[in-house]
Amino acid sequence: MADTLLETKDLQKYFPVTSGLLLGRVKAWVKAVDGISFTIAQGETLGIVGESGCGKTTTAKLILAQEAATGGTIEFRGQDVTSLRKRDLMDYRKSVQIVFQDPFSSLSPRMRVGDIIGEPLEVHTNLSKQGVKNRVGEVLELVGLPADDARLFPHEFSGGQRQRIAIARALSTEAQLIVLDEPVSALDVSIRAHILSLLEELQRSLGVSYLFIGHDLAAVAHISHRIVVMYLGKIVEIAESLELCNNPLHPYTRALFAASLPSHPDEEREEIVLSGEVPSALNPPSGCHFHPRCPFVMEKCSVEEPELKEVAPDHFVACYLH
Amino acid sequence: MTTAEPLLEVIDLQAYFHGFKGQRVVKAVDGISFTLNAGETMGLVGESGCGKTTTCHALFRLLPGAGQIVGGSIRFNGEDLMEKSPGEMRAIRGRDIAMILQDPMASLDPLFTIFDQVAEPAYHHRRLRRRTLKQRVVDLLTSVRIPSPEIRMSEYPHQMSGGMRQRIVGATALSGEPMLIVADEPTTNLDVTIQLQYLNLLRDIQKETGVALIFVTHNLGIVAKMCDKVAVMYAGKIVEQGNVREIYNNPQHPYTEALLQSIPKLGDKSELYVIPGQPPNLAELPTGCYFHPRCPKVFDQCRSESPPDFPLGDGRASKCWLASSEVASG
Repeated sequence: MADTLLETKDLQKYFPVTSGLLLGRVKAWVKAVDGISFTIAQGETLGIVGESGCGKTTTAKLILAQEAATGGTIEFRGQDVTSLRKRDLMDYRKSVQIVFQDPFSSLSPRMRVGDIIGEPLEVHTNLSKQGVKNRVGEVLELVGLPADDARLFPHEFSGGQRQRIAIARALSTEAQLIVLDEPVSALDVSIRAHILSLLEELQRSLGVSYLFIGHDLAAVAHISHRIVVMYLGKIVEIAESLELCNNPLHPYTRALFAASLPSHPDEEREEIVLSGEVPSALNPPSGCHFHPRCPFVMEKCSVEEPELKEVAPDHFVACYLH
Repeated sequence: MTTAEPLLEVIDLQAYFHGFKGQRVVKAVDGISFTLNAGETMGLVGESGCGKTTTCHALFRLLPGAGQIVGGSIRFNGEDLMEKSPGEMRAIRGRDIAMILQDPMASLDPLFTIFDQVAEPAYHHRRLRRRTLKQRVVDLLTSVRIPSPEIRMSEYPHQMSGGMRQRIVGATALSGEPMLIVADEPTTNLDVTIQLQYLNLLRDIQKETGVALIFVTHNLGIVAKMCDKVAVMYAGKIVEQGNVREIYNNPQHPYTEALLQSIPKLGDKSELYVIPGQPPNLAELPTGCYFHPRCPKVFDQCRSESPPDFPLGDGRASKCWLASSEVASG
C-alpha cells in the first residue's frame, strides 16, 4: 500500500452531560468516540460501518476538524491536526472535504451551482474570477456534468446530479481526502451505481483517498479497500474488505453480515439475530460493550474489555474468541 | 371466501393526478393488474416516482385531493372496493386491510398512549371493550415482542426506541385482525440489525395469522428475503411480475435485469452495471415503451409502440417486445 495519508491514534471524543441549563455541573460523559486508531493510505478507501450512535459521524467530524478531540491525535501527512491553528488549519481544511448524505439539504437553494462549487475556491485560493470560473467548469466536467450547468440552481437537477455537484464541490480545492457520509443512501437504486462508479473512477484518475461511512454493508464493501467496524464508540474489527466479507470474526460483524439483505432469494445467511437494541452511549455496558447482545458471551466479557489485536495479517479484532 | 378467488385482484387500475384546470395529467398508476392470494407476500418494487405509493393509496381509496382513480377495478375478498361508499370503505380500512408506513414517529400520535393507539382498531372494528380490549392489546404487544407490555402500554411513543415504535405500528395494524397488510417501506428508518429483527417478526406473525402482505420498497434485498412474488414498476406500469425466484434467476424485462445488476453484492467487487440516464418525469413520458431511452436492448418497435403484457406462464408476465418472440416460439 502507498504512503499513509492520515493516521489517528487513540482518538477520543467525550461529550459532557451537564445538569442545569447553562454551565451546570458535569454529571457524566458520553463517550461518542472512545480510543480509536486507524490509518488511511493515499488513494485508499476506508469504509466505516456500524449502526446509529456508534460514533461514525463523530469520527468524521473529528477528522474534518469540526470538533476538537478530547484525547488522542490525528496525523495528516505526519503533521498533528489537533494542534493546527489559523493558516495551517485552513490549509488542512482545503485538503480534507466532505460529501453529505442528502444532496437536497447540502446545497443552498439560493446559490447557483457555479457559486456553490466556487465558494471553497474563494475561501482557500486567490484565483481570479475567471480562474474560479474555469476551475468550476473543470470539476463539473470531472463529475460528468456540462460546464454550462454552473449557471443553474440546484432545484434544476435530480438527486443523482445534485450528488455529483456535491462531489464537484469537494474536489474543487484538489482535496486529498474526501469524507463521504452515506453518499448514496438518499439516492434511487439505479442512481447509486452511477455515483459509486463515479467515485471509483475519480479515485483512479486523481488518486484521492476516501473515508466512506455507510450502513449498507454491500455498498461499503464494494467500494472500500479496508473496512472498520464500530460499535458504541469503539473499533471491534478492521480488515481488508474481501477478507472481512469472507471471514468476519467479531460476533457483531457476523451479526451485521447476517442482517444484511440477500441479493438473491436462495442466498443463505448465517442466522444471528441480535436481541435488543444498541445501548445508550451514556451508560455503556461494562467490559466488552457488545456483551449483553452477544450470542457467544463468556464470563470474562462483562468484566474486562478485549483489546484490538492482529489475528491474521492486516486483520484486527477485539474479541476474546480470537 | 371461495377458494378459487384470490384475496386481492387488481385489474387495469389507473390513478391519475390532474394539474391546473385539468390541463396536465400525471399518470402515476397507468393500468396495472395483479393478484394476491390469502397468506401470500408480494413485493412491489421500483424507484421513487414510479407509482408504488400511489398504488397503495389507491388500494385504500385514499388518494390525495388532485388524485383520482379513473379506471380499473379492485376486488378484495370477493367484493368490488370501487363500488363501496366512503362509510363502507372506512369500515374496511383497519379491519380488513391495514397499512404500515415508513416513519413510525409520523404514524403514531405523540399525544396518545400506546394503549390508545393499539386499541383503536380493535375497539371500533372488533367491538372489544374493557378487560377483553386490554387483554387484546397486551397480547398484541407481546406478539410484537415489546417487553413488559402491561407497563409499556401506558407510555407514550417518545419513550420508545425506533425499532419498538415500528413494532407498535405493526401491532396497531394487526389490531383489527386484517386479511391484508400493506407495508410501505417499513424498515427504511431502521438500523440493519433492527431491520432483520423486524422482518423476522413480520414473517412469524404471518405464519401465525395467515395475513397476506404487500411490501412496497425500493430494496431488492427485502424482496429476496421476504416475498413469494414480485411486481416491478417503472413509470406507472408494472413492467414485470412473477415468482421471486424465477425473476431473480431469469429476469425477462431489461429494466429488471439492469436493476438486479446495479446493486452491489457482498464480497463481490466486480464493476456495477450502470443504467444510463434518469427515471422519466411522469408528466413528460417518452413515446413507445417508457424504458426505451435507457434500455440497452432497444430496437425500433420500442420507440413507437408501447408493449402489452406478454404472459410467460405461471402468473409471470413481462411488458417488453423481446418477450413477444418468446411467447411466439412457445
